[in-house]
Amino acid sequence: MLKQIPLADVHRALGAKMVDFGGWEMPLQYTGILDEHRAVRTAVGLFDVSHMGEIEIRGPGALDLVQRVSTNNAAKLADGQIHYSGLLYEHGGFADDILVHRVSADHYFLCVNASNQDKDYEHIVSQNRWDCAVENNGSQYAQLAIQGPRALETLQKLTPAPLADIRYYRFRDGEVCGHPARIARTGYTGEDGFELYIAPAHAAEIWNALLEAGRDFGIRPCGLGARNTLRMEAGMALYGHEIDASITPLEAGLEWIVKWDKGDFCGRARLEKQKAEGVRRKLTGFEMRGRGIGRDGYEVRAGGRPAGWVTSGGPAPALNKNIGMCYLPAELAQPGTAIEIMVREQPVEAVTVPIPFYRRPK
Amino acid sequence: MSYPDNFRYTKEHEWILVEGDTGTIGITNHAQKELGDIVYVDLPKPGAAVEAGKALGSVESVKAVSDIYSPVSGEVIEVNELLATAPEKLNEDPHGAAWLVKIRLSNPAELDGLMSAADYQAYLGE
Repeated sequence: MLKQIPLADVHRALGAKMVDFGGWEMPLQYTGILDEHRAVRTAVGLFDVSHMGEIEIRGPGALDLVQRVSTNNAAKLADGQIHYSGLLYEHGGFADDILVHRVSADHYFLCVNASNQDKDYEHIVSQNRWDCAVENNGSQYAQLAIQGPRALETLQKLTPAPLADIRYYRFRDGEVCGHPARIARTGYTGEDGFELYIAPAHAAEIWNALLEAGRDFGIRPCGLGARNTLRMEAGMALYGHEIDASITPLEAGLEWIVKWDKGDFCGRARLEKQKAEGVRRKLTGFEMRGRGIGRDGYEVRAGGRPAGWVTSGGPAPALNKNIGMCYLPAELAQPGTAIEIMVREQPVEAVTVPIPFYRRPK
Repeated sequence: MSYPDNFRYTKEHEWILVEGDTGTIGITNHAQKELGDIVYVDLPKPGAAVEAGKALGSVESVKAVSDIYSPVSGEVIEVNELLATAPEKLNEDPHGAAWLVKIRLSNPAELDGLMSAADYQAYLGE
């Protein structure tokens, strides 16, 4: 039995194509992935991401526990500030990638990936030597993402919170449609936007009000399909693709979330060893040069020999190219290397390029 | 969109229109709707042999790649060049301008195993 997000009936009424995503029944698309993708790049799109998990850590030792399980330096966060971080196992592989919100000195709010939330919770609890209260609160929150250049104007119609004052990777607790909401200026599309954490009971009302508020701007409800093409263009990792328990942040190009000066954390010893020895494989972007699309899992060859695998691949609608990300031996991972992607047993020419593929215009 | 009565249909959502010993093959409206935005079509070259029930090419949407299975056996005699530059036509006109290939049938008796328009719509539950 698939887990139901609070808005499943609302999505069906909008004509969404629903799919099984890690055990949740989720909308894949409404009007079409390309249409939804363009709406987010040029106007505004609304995503229901209620499948995402929320884990809260409270107590005087909350910072110590967050520091222990994650790679970024949470001691640098102020109240109302957020950062991206890695939740690592002792062997240095990813348990998950997460957003850490500092609510207060003794309360941290973690947004985690849907299908990882239970194992993340168990992992955090296993490291809890500070008597913190750790709560697995995924069912307490619905999450909506409003993304795109008109996101701020859309959401502003429904909240008295001065949204322009919320800087990137900051949040504020306020109200949307008169209901309590945690309003974070974050997203997974490469555009400006906000993510709302709200009570499931208010999700349908807020969803419908956002669609109405964005109507003049051409808002579109957007599904997982567009979420994937948008995040891929923006070069953002997806758990189970670019990162998983077998991959370290150094291999994934995420050393920037590893703060070596913060003290001990899970996986530190392995990462130090890997840094000293040099990583053998690295994540890199690629663009198809020949006709064909390199998809997730396809073999990558260099000089005719197997060299790596595609982690995510497909069309980049805003760039009009076929792109992807792949793991390659470190010496082949620098931009400009000629590679081949095996598309249905035929090698198709491609070239490595830097990540991200797309940056929003300033 | 209606399903033309003079086409025959497969369970894998291809159609074929037979005129003399030539069959024009495409994918159904149901197939294009399920695939979503189509961005690339990979087709065989003229002269290639195709076999009933075997893949003759593939269609890629933004999200996924799907094989196209040949309804009948034969030899490819023409490929729709329009789809090389305008694959999105498959979303717009799957039963018309966005046909995929024409083949010369080698075993017309294979047509008997295909569905009529009424059977196909019943199969879809439409």
